[in-house]
Amino acid sequence: MSTTETTETANGAATEPTDDVALFDVDHPAPVIEPPRKRTAKTPKASRGNFEMQTWLFMRLSGIVLVVLVLGHLLIQLVLDGGVSKIGFAFVAGRWASPFWQVWDLAMLWLAMLHGANGLRTVINDYAERDNTRFWLKMLLYVATVFTVLLGTLVIFTFDPNIR
Amino acid sequence: MGTATLEKNDSAGPVDSAENSASHLITVTLRIRRFNPEVSDEPQWQDFTLEIDPKERVLDALHKIKWEIDGTLTFRRSCAHGICGSDAMRINGRNRLACKTLIKDIGPDKPITVEAIKGLTVLKDLVVDMDPFFQAYRDVMPFLITSGNEPTRERYQSAEDRERFDDTTKCILCAACTSSCPVFWNDGQYFGPAAIVNAHRFIFDSRDEAGEQRLEILNDKDGVWRCRTTFNCTDACPRGIEVTKAIQEVKRALITRRF
Repeated sequence: MSTTETTETANGAATEPTDDVALFDVDHPAPVIEPPRKRTAKTPKASRGNFEMQTWLFMRLSGIVLVVLVLGHLLIQLVLDGGVSKIGFAFVAGRWASPFWQVWDLAMLWLAMLHGANGLRTVINDYAERDNTRFWLKMLLYVATVFTVLLGTLVIFTFDPNIR
Repeated sequence: MGTATLEKNDSAGPVDSAENSASHLITVTLRIRRFNPEVSDEPQWQDFTLEIDPKERVLDALHKIKWEIDGTLTFRRSCAHGICGSDAMRINGRNRLACKTLIKDIGPDKPITVEAIKGLTVLKDLVVDMDPFFQAYRDVMPFLITSGNEPTRERYQSAEDRERFDDTTKCILCAACTSSCPVFWNDGQYFGPAAIVNAHRFIFDSRDEAGEQRLEILNDKDGVWRCRTTFNCTDACPRGIEVTKAIQEVKRALITRRF
């Protein structure tokens, strides 16, 4: 063992006169680039529960419903009956007088917000490498989602057409 | 029959075949992404130019380089015939088996890029650390689980029952699919297509009794629900397994609990 080592050092000294040029050698290899969060035997085992399955299903179902809601919404608001120029306070007040449109808009608000938020959640899960970054990005997302959903719901239910 | 073959070989003549092969040789540049932690912490691209028959495979070109030009080139290969799954690598930006890719099929007029598969730690040149990959494989329990006494004869299965999971029995664990998956690139804790394919192979096997258990494992937050159906795995599979379809079947089994 010791003989091998001496020969190695002798060889190294012979081939590389300037030691400080070679940063890495057999005894001091460069660090390899490991993937972030790789699977090991200690990777957390099965988190029981169907949350991921439910969100996956929700994305599919809400997507189908949203196609109808959003395309219908765009058609009514932007195309039919004079197009975008007809939209004003009176138009909105007229629509929200009917519970049907209240429910339509409420469903659209909730489904679109949750659909988008869940999509962003998966994007964060996919791309955020550090646990801390992941956590705070998701917190920001959840707060923004809850705020928007609550504010929108409040407006739909407390809308007063006679406001001055 | 044997004599006829021998005669045929004789009549073809060594001169003839040598002439043919010499005229068939083309000049190919292989651009290989090399990494040696004992020399540098930076990977670098190195070009090798060689004369080769376009009907040879990329693996033959790598052999030629290793045996005749630069012996330090490092890569894995075992059977060299597309069965052992050792030599999956990224050739011209796509995951393939070097031993199943013919030079003529991948545009030899331009330099052919060869690099290690992505998402796993590169140890040297084209050799990656496969441990996380096989850990995911182990985690889905890729073995027959049954209860009761062992039968004295083989476990019978109808042709239809066998057909149900035939596609996923073809997997050779080369990691071409898993290392082509963008979700796996960013988060190596995702089981990856290969592990799901091998879970599928037992979940849909009528002789196996641990389907529920395996489904529960894949219901995990790093399980099948992280699949974004980008179909990279299906495109990458050198065995032609419909990987994304298999993953979707596992998803369906999880929702309907019928398999």
